[in-house]
Amino acid sequence: MSAPAVPALPWLPDREAAGRFVRLTYTLAVTEWKLRFFNSALGYLWTLARPLMFFAVLYVVFSQIAKVGDTVKHYPAYLLTAIVLFTFFAEATGNSVQSLVDREALLRKIRFPRSVVPLSVCLTALFNLGMNLIAVTVFLFINGLYPNPRWLELPAFVLALALLACGVSLLLSSLFVRFRDIAPIWEVVSQMIFYGSPIFYTVSQYGSFAREMSLTPFVAILTQMRHALIDPTAPSAADAAGGMVYLLIPCAIIGAVFLLGVWAFRRASPMLAENL
Amino acid sequence: MSATYQPGVAAPSADAASSPPAVVVDRLDKTFKLPHNQPHTLKERVLHPFSSTTYEALEALRDVSFTVPQGEFFGIVGRNGSGKSTLLKCLAGIYEPTSGAVGVNGRLATFIELGVGFNPELTARDNVLINATMLGLTRKQAAARFEDIIAFAELEQFLDLKLKNYSSGMNVRLAFSTAVQVDADVLLVDEVLAVGDASFQQKCHDVFQRLKDEGKTILFVTHDMGSVERFCDRAMLLEKGEIVELGDPIPVGRAYNEMNFGRRTVTRPGEARYGDQHDAEIGSLWFEQGGQRVDALAFGEPAAICSELWVHETMEEAVFSVGLRNEAHLPVLRATTEWQDDFPNRLEGGSHYLVRLEFDCWFAPGRYDATPALAHGGRAEDIVDMREGLGAVLVHAVRHSGAIVDQPVRFEIESA
Repeated sequence: MSAPAVPALPWLPDREAAGRFVRLTYTLAVTEWKLRFFNSALGYLWTLARPLMFFAVLYVVFSQIAKVGDTVKHYPAYLLTAIVLFTFFAEATGNSVQSLVDREALLRKIRFPRSVVPLSVCLTALFNLGMNLIAVTVFLFINGLYPNPRWLELPAFVLALALLACGVSLLLSSLFVRFRDIAPIWEVVSQMIFYGSPIFYTVSQYGSFAREMSLTPFVAILTQMRHALIDPTAPSAADAAGGMVYLLIPCAIIGAVFLLGVWAFRRASPMLAENL
Repeated sequence: MSATYQPGVAAPSADAASSPPAVVVDRLDKTFKLPHNQPHTLKERVLHPFSSTTYEALEALRDVSFTVPQGEFFGIVGRNGSGKSTLLKCLAGIYEPTSGAVGVNGRLATFIELGVGFNPELTARDNVLINATMLGLTRKQAAARFEDIIAFAELEQFLDLKLKNYSSGMNVRLAFSTAVQVDADVLLVDEVLAVGDASFQQKCHDVFQRLKDEGKTILFVTHDMGSVERFCDRAMLLEKGEIVELGDPIPVGRAYNEMNFGRRTVTRPGEARYGDQHDAEIGSLWFEQGGQRVDALAFGEPAAICSELWVHETMEEAVFSVGLRNEAHLPVLRATTEWQDDFPNRLEGGSHYLVRLEFDCWFAPGRYDATPALAHGGRAEDIVDMREGLGAVLVHAVRHSGAIVDQPVRFEIESA
């Protein structure tokens, strides 16, 4: 047989393939979201319920019992916003871990870019974040915090967080196919990130490690969030890190995690269907 | 790994000979590594970093090469586990070839299973739109074809019913209707014809006929030799991952049937035997077709029943007869040498004879057994040897009319 004139599995990122990729991700995410939302009459309330309950518990513990929040201006507002942002990350990554295995039937029967699956999970989490942020905005109003130009930084935080979440999701979901204990491990790691991040406390409480910790993505994002949304007198991420230039470090970490995720996923991708 | 996907452009051309082939498979190998004990956890991997896992290599496809020109309806048949589905999944890009290359020229649609990704909690409307997106339509296209899809599936009244309330037949109809709406130049179809009731099956057949007329290239995996014969221009028989037969669908279908039935020897325990066997004995009995001893007969072809006779004492008026019964023990054939004037009546003592009865195999597919008998002529009761159900055979066919015998027939019509 002469060199086969064989082409056209749409692998090259041409416009059509890219369009399909986006459509698929969006469709899967919307479907998942719809299912959660419209399946019960209280759909929206339920998605809100988790962060709100969590908020209530933490608020009681840290502001009324442990008195952590006394020194923090607008502590409840800060706490809720931080929880909602963290919930997005935890939901996106936690749901992604098993996403490929859960959609085994799909992956074994239809050809489509496999990364659509974890990315659609992240997108669903992003929709939920959007819904939760509406509630957060209302809560901020109640606390006497009104929109100002600094709020425009919010999309940047969300983008940074989303990139981080996508990178981690791609990495974890491809690893989970081979290592099934990734799921419980990630649950623990996720908890560690929660307690290690300035969610119910602020960056100054790290004491002498405050500057080093400020170089990690989560701490930087939450610190800047506090500065921009809650309390302009609080230190910005740049202040905490010791200068604008140092913010390149958390950015680089986010970029590296994202690229690592993409690399790991692309490597695992061709054999995914048979390894499931 | 040397899978090569080269970009190319489908060239829809009226001149099929000059256009590139729709599907090219070149020395394709696919081996699955089945680990004996795979470390499924990171913990095990960390605790025993150097323990190498042993694999069992399962060669699902071995050195498979073929080319399907544009516009061809190509059948892929084979027994369970012969590698048909693996081949389809390699073509679809779901599995990576171990070595060799596959190439598809044009837009590809894969129907390995219908209704993949259907969600029982969603309405038919949502599911159709999602499924169509999965299969590659844009939202606009999906919405535009929605009416057609629903009309074809005959589910207009049930649009906003959740899929979990659908019967399985409705489910499959919806899935099939969605799938056939997809634009593609090359379709990979894995046994989806066997769905729905008779009228829906007819619709499916019509769709395939239409696709064929439109010049689509279709690769079609099936067990149903009837549809192979009906639709396919060519067919391919796979066995243990290798191509056994490739070409005209009828011989391929026959080879498939022989593979299923042919190598199996059918024996009947406890045959009944009559007569004193003093003057002669009937030895073994077997069937022949195409000059070869076979255990299965192809329908519609000349065949023969052969039997050995060991004659001890000379028989002046020997009569040999054979009867053939089907599974229900209904006689379908009986022949005796008495009716054939040129058959020698005298059998010499101490000789060894071979008797052949030639016939055309018009019997319906199924299992038959043969009963040979040798008797002294004129004295019907005087059986020398009769061995009931001594030999058995399977008849296989690509068609099945349901009648016991399918003799060749021909319709004619004229205006009266």
